[in-house]
Amino acid sequence: MVNNNEQAHSVQEMIKTNKRKNNLLKTSEKSVPIFLLFCATISVLTTIGIVFTLLRESITFFSDVSLADFYLGVNWSPWSGKFGVAPLITGTLLITFIAICVALPLGVASAIFLSEYATNKTRKIIKPILEVLAGVPTVVYGYFALTFITPLLQGLIPDLKIFNALSAGIVVGIMIIPMIASLSEDAMNAVPNHLRAGALALGATRLEVTFKVIIPAALSGIIASVVLALSRAIGETMIVTIAAGASPNLTFDPTQSIQTLTAFIVQGAKGDTTYGSTIYYSIYAVGITLFVFTFIMNMLSQYISRKFREDY
Amino acid sequence: MQIHISKSRMKRRIALNSIFRILFFLATTIGLVFLSLLLIRILNQGLGYLTIDFLRNFPAPYVEEAGMFAGIIGSLFLMLLTAPIAIILGVSTALYLEEYAPKNRFTNFIQVNVQNLAGVPSIVFGLLGLTFFVYLFQMGYTLIAGALTMSLLILPVIVVAAQEAIRSVPKEIKEASIGMGATKWQTIWRIVLPAAVPGILTGSILALSRAIGETAPLLIVGAATAIYTIPDSMLSKYTVMPIQIYSWTSRPQEEWQFVAGAGIIVLLVILLCMNAIAVWIRNKFQNRY
Repeated sequence: MVNNNEQAHSVQEMIKTNKRKNNLLKTSEKSVPIFLLFCATISVLTTIGIVFTLLRESITFFSDVSLADFYLGVNWSPWSGKFGVAPLITGTLLITFIAICVALPLGVASAIFLSEYATNKTRKIIKPILEVLAGVPTVVYGYFALTFITPLLQGLIPDLKIFNALSAGIVVGIMIIPMIASLSEDAMNAVPNHLRAGALALGATRLEVTFKVIIPAALSGIIASVVLALSRAIGETMIVTIAAGASPNLTFDPTQSIQTLTAFIVQGAKGDTTYGSTIYYSIYAVGITLFVFTFIMNMLSQYISRKFREDY
Repeated sequence: MQIHISKSRMKRRIALNSIFRILFFLATTIGLVFLSLLLIRILNQGLGYLTIDFLRNFPAPYVEEAGMFAGIIGSLFLMLLTAPIAIILGVSTALYLEEYAPKNRFTNFIQVNVQNLAGVPSIVFGLLGLTFFVYLFQMGYTLIAGALTMSLLILPVIVVAAQEAIRSVPKEIKEASIGMGATKWQTIWRIVLPAAVPGILTGSILALSRAIGETAPLLIVGAATAIYTIPDSMLSKYTVMPIQIYSWTSRPQEEWQFVAGAGIIVLLVILLCMNAIAVWIRNKFQNRY
């Protein structure tokens, strides 16, 4: 009798604890997705924050300096009140152009070698090297451009300034090689093997297979990788800050010292710029210009790789 | 006659193939050549200045006394703050997208948004940090402002890596867990996450090694160059290794470049260690299923 009572008691207890456990489980089951969703919205908030920041401060800037003065003006000397952004844009374009001249042939050639010619063993050696190259901090590249590439180039071109677009552009180009190489190689690897085998069986050489089969088939991926690399080159900051100088010249002469959009943002933000001054707001106007440039490039890259993908 | 012509054409095609094979190979090795030049150059310039004192000293106006201690500690503290914020946010986002998110426009929007954030130049994140953390939240030029900025910067990288790791957990073991009566969250916490941890860790370490070399956004959110104390709270002023290197590089006297070289050696060694750990984790836990 006593025994029975005790048993009933403990069963009731058990049911109770079980219920409590279940309730706890149910609450966590319900609250966890809410927490996760909250975390996921942080990334959206970041984007909204970026756009909001850039827009708000730029609008303040454009109430001081007109849009036309900013985008049509050709003289950029913010400390004497001249805010024509053209020299910064040409500076950025010059660097980007030099960089892509270096990176496009070398990157695509590396991709071709890795995907079409290299044996598995060679690939296993070369790919990590490219990864290391991609992981070198940009400040190190900047140091290298200033202390090694520039003196080297000065041996060839005596008129070269200490700070110049050429050396910075070349090093930016080398920085983006791994990006073009690895993304293009992915695109070439994605071309199905039977196309390759079919062309080889018809008597084509590897080179003919590459240029007549692989590259046309992988073209969208290659172009997308190049556009993405362009966007990286436009947004690159430390190399150009260190090696290209801080003199906004409206020139396409690569031996001259120039200033890019990014380099001005650094100069403007780290100097003695006071909060709320026109120069302070001009950083954001330059920033939004840069953001729009890279955003368009990124969108274009995604669009190309989605839209023109060859499906087999 | 015809046979002769086609034979010589054949020879030409084969020769062309060989020439291009060599060209492609040379183009590929340029990266390697560049990397070795860079390393040799930096070792050459910096090794002489890399002493125990260099690791222990604070910045100084004289080359002989200049040191990197403030930068090393600053980078360490910055990473200690950045890592938990970025990893918790990143893994949570990835879990939501992979396990909970309904297939609708909003989910798709988050996904595209993460991809786009990864393409935003790092300096723009600096501007975001300057407006929000430094001025709006009135943190000033402090460690925590830098850490929050860095967390947002590497967030997309961690999200993408974590998503891949979570996606690669086989469906069978998840279904087995659900079949045994586990709830969804129990399955995720006890089955999915442990299986995905190596991938998440590898991705996170690589993302942090990017953050540790990142200079531009920290210049914007005000990491100082000359710091003579180590940070004692989240609201301290701070400096990091790349900023010190940058400040030494931009001095006109040549000997400072040797000091910068020594600084770069320290930075690269730390990066190399982080990458080695990432590779080690990847190899050790690969193909468990």
